Amino acid sequence: MKKVFRLVGIVLSSLVVLVMLTACGSKPLSAQNVVTRAKQSNTITWGVKADTKLFGLMDVKDDTIKGFDVDIAKAITKQILGPKGKAKFVQVTSQTRMPLLKNGNIDAIIATMTITPEREKQVDFSKSYFDAGQSLLVKDGSPIKNIKDLNKTGTVVLGVVGSNSVQNVALHAPKAKVLQLTDYAQAMTALKSGQGAALTTDNGILYGMAVENPGYQVVGGTFTKEPYGIAINKGQSEFKGDVNKGLRAIEKSGEYNRILKKWFGNVKGFNYKEMERH
Amino acid sequence: MISIFQNYGGELLQGFGQTLLCSVIALFFSLIIGSMFAIFETTPIKFLRVIARIYIEVFRNIPLLVITMFFFVVIPMFVVKIGGFTAGTIGLTIYTSAFIAETVRAGIQSVDPGQMEGARANGLSFWQAMRYIVLPQAFRYVIPPLGNQFINLVKNSSVLAFVAGFDLMYQGNVIASDSLSTMSTYMCVGVLYLVITMPLSYWMRHLEKKLAS
Amino acid sequence: MKDFIDAYSWINMRYLFQGLWITVIVSIASIAGSYVIGTILGIIRYLNIKVLSPVVGFIIDIIRNLPLLLIIFFTYFGLPNLGLRPSSVWATILALIIFESAMIAEIVRSGIIAVPTGQMEGARANGLSYSQTMLHIILPQAMKKMIPALVSQFISLIKDTSLATIIVLPDLMHNAQIVYGENTSYILPMFLMLAIMYFVVCYALSLVSRSLEKRMS
Repeated sequence: MKKVFRLVGIVLSSLVVLVMLTACGSKPLSAQNVVTRAKQSNTITWGVKADTKLFGLMDVKDDTIKGFDVDIAKAITKQILGPKGKAKFVQVTSQTRMPLLKNGNIDAIIATMTITPEREKQVDFSKSYFDAGQSLLVKDGSPIKNIKDLNKTGTVVLGVVGSNSVQNVALHAPKAKVLQLTDYAQAMTALKSGQGAALTTDNGILYGMAVENPGYQVVGGTFTKEPYGIAINKGQSEFKGDVNKGLRAIEKSGEYNRILKKWFGNVKGFNYKEMERH
Repeated sequence: MISIFQNYGGELLQGFGQTLLCSVIALFFSLIIGSMFAIFETTPIKFLRVIARIYIEVFRNIPLLVITMFFFVVIPMFVVKIGGFTAGTIGLTIYTSAFIAETVRAGIQSVDPGQMEGARANGLSFWQAMRYIVLPQAFRYVIPPLGNQFINLVKNSSVLAFVAGFDLMYQGNVIASDSLSTMSTYMCVGVLYLVITMPLSYWMRHLEKKLAS
Repeated sequence: MKDFIDAYSWINMRYLFQGLWITVIVSIASIAGSYVIGTILGIIRYLNIKVLSPVVGFIIDIIRNLPLLLIIFFTYFGLPNLGLRPSSVWATILALIIFESAMIAEIVRSGIIAVPTGQMEGARANGLSYSQTMLHIILPQAMKKMIPALVSQFISLIKDTSLATIIVLPDLMHNAQIVYGENTSYILPMFLMLAIMYFVVCYALSLVSRSLEKRMS
């Protein structure tokens, strides 16, 4: 009996060691050339949000993610891989997107992600594909009119783990306390439950929430500039070049403006004409 | 890993403290509530037994995350405003108390029923007999399983991360997305959890051995 | 009342059932995996094999004392460093198997210890070999004793799948959050439905175990 289990144990542990060794031998996914692999599999794997109206939102009816980010990703995929190229989407949150990219679970992030100098130390960005700015979402009739009103001790502001809006609050309203939730659906629910006085993030996302949730409004204009970029791992300059070329191509062809109009054409308080690109 | 401790030591320590604090509070209250329902289950009064049975079955079969989110989302909306830490601690208390009730009940039932009968025959009331004769003996048996419940409680307190409870796991998530060295951050967090749970678990094993001999 | 009727619309319910399906599939796969691996590890630990048993024991102790949430992060974010690209489903299954195997190993070990030593001695005196005794006498008895502990561990496993919403596993909890994230008035109905669905699945499992216990004794 002992012998059998010693054997089983030895076999198991040598299996583990074998897996470890082959794993160490194989390159981490994040170090492989994305373009080569994408052409082989005819697929690019994008990390997108699934809880953000207008940018990336899970449609309960048919279990697919829909939004501006998703459509842009599909268009760029077609530009890189040809009309038959497939875009695969992995749901990310602000918290999980960077680890997923750095570790190689996904090839690129297109998930309402602002280009910041801090992040540029860790990953590369395409040029900006959408120019957002940070703003506030509050309940109708709330005394909070702009970011300055939040700068009081005892005021609680809601944000999301891993979004840079949280650091911006620390800059513009250092006295406010920030609660970081795991994703936007949670943060919105927390706002409705009265866990905080305002929810802060980029205006595009907030307008989407205001559309979904009557009784809440975006206030105070934008107090930061948040250009969204597509994040790509460092060392993938070929892929980055292709993404930029693809983006430029859809801007020129007018496809970008069509997608913009499709998602932002009917949003109250949002002038999509200003955002058009040619 | 060392650089994480150097750069984010304060946050990690704060998280460690919050985790410990909410675990201890939740343990205290779930011991009281759990023992109460355990006694209900062993009383001769049918109504109390039914109540206890329902409480235990319901909260043992619903995920802790659902209970915690309920207190974070639903209660503030309809009843009273409570924050993430409080919601998490209440969730943990309710969830753990159902398990503790089962443990304590098993302890009470392991005490020879002759003890209860003897005490009652000597003129003690049911509650007196419970309080002075049965419970002290029962608790000796249940200390090791209760210790294991406490270890589970510490591990389960990581749900506070879902409700911004500023516990160790929440700080881990914040640090991981700030430093972007995900794996080493979570390893630091793991080490800090082990600092609490490992000694406890060896101590409980030691106690179990002592009781068995 | 109207909120409840709207919230339980066909579309939302279908979405919840999709989530429940993922929860069930992930649970079944992890239960099967961790039962097999946990039993093997438990026996290895019981047998006191030189070097192997203490090492296995130490690893089990570490895993048992970490929050499951951490192990989920390790598998989801760590595997790509080994050249694999796990979906959230596979990362969750793997994390659950690792965590639950360690818990089950401990249950199996103490289950075997609980069988009176006289059993072994008696069987050996009657001419059975050590491994025969183990397989035919000790383990079946130990398994019978373990049923309640095993089943409550499996129930924990089902409940713990909800933690994987943090890596966006499209399970019951996650899908309910998507539904109530879109419309606040659905919050209460969704929580009620969540509680009912988890309760039904977990309680059904505990009923099965009770009848199993009765049949075996």
